[in-house]
Amino acid sequence: MNVSITINGTVYERDIEPRMLLVHFIREELGLTGTNIGCDTSQCGACTIHMDGRSLKSCTCLAVQADGREITTIEGLADGDNLHPMQEAFWDNHGLQCGYCTPGMIMASTAFLKDNPHPTEEEIRHALEGNFCRCTGYQNIVKSIKAASEKMGG
Amino acid sequence: MGTRIFGSGIRRREDPRLITGQAKYTDDMVLPGMVHLAMVRSPHAHARIVNIDTSAAEAMDGVIAVYTGEQVTLNPLPCAWLIPDSDLITPEHPAVAVEKVRYVGDAVALVVAETRYQAEDAADAVRVEYEVLPAVVNPEAATRAGAPQLHDDVPNNIAFRWVASSGDEGVEQAFAEADVVVKERIVQQRLIPTAMEPRSAFAQWNDAAEELTVWYTTQNPHIHRFVLSGVTGVPEHKLRVIAPEVGGGFGSKIPVYADEALTAWVAMQLNRPVKWTETRSENYQVTIHGRDHIEYVELAAKNDGTVTGIRGTVYAGLGGYLSTAGPGVPTILHGLMYSGAYTFPNIRCETIGVMTNTTPVDAYRGAGRPEATFLIERLMDKMAKALNMDPVELRRKNLIPPFENGHDVAIGLTYDSGNYEAALNKALEIVDYDALRREQAEARTKGRYIGIGVSTYSEICGLGPSQVAGAVGFQGGLWESAIIRVSPAGKVQAMIGASPHGQGEETTFAQLISDELGFPVEDIEIVHGDTNQTPMGWGTYGSRTTPVAGAALVLAARKLKEKARAMAAHLLEAAVEDIDYEDGKFFVKGSPDNAKTIQEITLMATVAWDLPEGMDPGMEESQFYDPPNFVYPFGAHIAVVEVDPETGIVKLKRYIAVDDCGPQINPVIVAGQVHGGIVQGIGQALFEGAVYDDNGQLLTGTMMDYTLPRADDFPNFELDHTVTPSPHHPAGIKGVGETGTIASTPTVYNAVIDALQPFGVEQIDMPLTPSRVWQAIQESSSNRGGD
Repeated sequence: MNVSITINGTVYERDIEPRMLLVHFIREELGLTGTNIGCDTSQCGACTIHMDGRSLKSCTCLAVQADGREITTIEGLADGDNLHPMQEAFWDNHGLQCGYCTPGMIMASTAFLKDNPHPTEEEIRHALEGNFCRCTGYQNIVKSIKAASEKMGG
Repeated sequence: MGTRIFGSGIRRREDPRLITGQAKYTDDMVLPGMVHLAMVRSPHAHARIVNIDTSAAEAMDGVIAVYTGEQVTLNPLPCAWLIPDSDLITPEHPAVAVEKVRYVGDAVALVVAETRYQAEDAADAVRVEYEVLPAVVNPEAATRAGAPQLHDDVPNNIAFRWVASSGDEGVEQAFAEADVVVKERIVQQRLIPTAMEPRSAFAQWNDAAEELTVWYTTQNPHIHRFVLSGVTGVPEHKLRVIAPEVGGGFGSKIPVYADEALTAWVAMQLNRPVKWTETRSENYQVTIHGRDHIEYVELAAKNDGTVTGIRGTVYAGLGGYLSTAGPGVPTILHGLMYSGAYTFPNIRCETIGVMTNTTPVDAYRGAGRPEATFLIERLMDKMAKALNMDPVELRRKNLIPPFENGHDVAIGLTYDSGNYEAALNKALEIVDYDALRREQAEARTKGRYIGIGVSTYSEICGLGPSQVAGAVGFQGGLWESAIIRVSPAGKVQAMIGASPHGQGEETTFAQLISDELGFPVEDIEIVHGDTNQTPMGWGTYGSRTTPVAGAALVLAARKLKEKARAMAAHLLEAAVEDIDYEDGKFFVKGSPDNAKTIQEITLMATVAWDLPEGMDPGMEESQFYDPPNFVYPFGAHIAVVEVDPETGIVKLKRYIAVDDCGPQINPVIVAGQVHGGIVQGIGQALFEGAVYDDNGQLLTGTMMDYTLPRADDFPNFELDHTVTPSPHHPAGIKGVGETGTIASTPTVYNAVIDALQPFGVEQIDMPLTPSRVWQAIQESSSNRGGD
């Protein structure tokens, strides 16, 4: 099937198998390997991206369902050389260790702040229930998101 | 004096690539002409392979080759921890099962296709006929007469019996003469490590040069080159193992597995690049599990609280085959830690290693030490209750007194340094223990059930002297090496054999070098994870990278510093002993203005126009380091929980961790290690557990079924530390990667049992899920006539 998907501002047209997952389209077809795969049951959240501004686990979506949509991946989050405040906050607050869950964490939390720009710590922890991290114990991830929310005018 | 970089919580240098998606993990690698490998795995835990029909798979679109075990020409996978003084049997572990499968997930065939989707489709089309055999999953049951037998050469499924003892006679006497003996049956449930990055391998064979390159999700690329060479027959100098970005390991990326070797083998057969990446479901079935003990343990004490002996019998499940370090974990890393932080005079551990129809078991974060610490701390709480003593007082009475340079414990180890009571006191102060006990008593009168758990621990890490490795049967060394190479303009590359994968040594090791030599951190790169670019090292596990590789690096830096000092003396026309050093500058004592910077000295040493007599050109040093002893970090942790008796839900209200890993290079990174460790340990106490049914089916085979800790399960942890340097590490540093996991499981478990005292609940098998806690309250209440 032919699809036309805008990813990080570039329109990609491809002829793909209808069953291809969006995450495989992003990683295999386009070589945007910043989006990681951590499970096969849509629990871990490592593959979280934005579709039309909302966060989405890209393993739960077929690429054909993204036809005509606008996608942002971790590679498209920074403004040129200027990191997104959430990226900066993860760096400042040691919000990552092995880094594998990090793109998904950052994409999920930036979308979360759009809905809730002034979250409490408890709300942040609740918002992260769809994203697993095995290294950090979450504490510095929560701290990072709180810091980003304050920096972004929260 | 400038700000000392050692001890500074600077931002990590590895982060920019990780927060922007630029990092390259193994599965991100692409080469022209690459093909994809998928495994056909057994759906049965125990079965004979009657027939494999690959014809349908071979006819499918994109399929390049299908291989069964009979066609694969790899050598069997080795077990590399041959524990001595035991009757260890090492049954053969073929890369692909040929006659029999022994756990769900055992590979029986492999399929290679142009795309991953095609490879997976074709793997589904391989028809395998099995004769299903009865299975056994419980390590104690597997030793009983009549249990299904996994391997013909392992009678009663017992791979070994191993005993560590301070002296059997003394142990017997201690228990015979004790005033009080407390006993417990502990199920150390199976855990699934769940590194967020699944395992993956990507292999390229250069037929003309006969060179094999394997990108590999590994914690120890040099060990994997060593063993892969033996399994594939490719000599080591033609074999390059690269650990690119590695997304966590927790022990699960130490062992040698069939899959990576098969990926390499297929690349050699086809002369095309081959990629294999496991799914999470495969990861849960095939990548090693941890723990899996059934323990019978007991503690003997006098009425005044003096503990006189500890002993245990452990049935340790090893899985369907012996994993690389499998036999060493429930023995050397477990039984030798039965003294914990205490002065126990009599100690005995007997471990029975048992084959079961389950995923092989190996080192998972803490590896043997969490199990030991749990049983010690559990028994201490039980003893305190039996003696009607406060659990803190019982611990205090039995703690090893402070020591700075060596303390022998009865089981034969020499701890390096410790000040256990100081850590305990600090933790008690933070939590205001006496006030907390009053609050607990008060809450009970109002029908609220608060529990307090306190653990003091000491653990062995920084593995370790190679001589000891040899003596305990580890089939390798445990030293590390480092090369520091300074370019003419004064930029530094430091090559290490260890292989960090999230622990942050690209930052902390740059801090070490900067602190020793004065180069700014941003001018230092730490090179790791490529056997062609780095000197030999045995890898990152057992909290050993900073204690061992870090020591090699510090000593190499100090050699360079002495060379720089000699060069400075030559350039400044002074005697070497008159040269002082500060902040990257060398100068004649008393004349700091007349200085040579380390960069100036480097340039002059590198152009070598005018060297002191006998000095070699260049600024480069290498250093091998074999530690004289292990390091023994320690600490005290306190948990405060509240249990809702109506639902059985445990809420963690506070968690205090006071750890001592000696001087901290980067306290922010240390805290991160402790946070992560605590969550994994509490995961065992409250949430996690791999469950098999009686047929050997893994019921917790996905992240839907295996409960991983989530962000909203925890409060913020309250961390503090004491600093007791290791006497033998050149910078006094101990490891900290596993302390949180070791201490937190018993701390939270004991807090829950403490909360349930009014109900008379004394024991619940982990994990302490709401249903189990609720059930225990019901049963206990009904036994007591329902109060």
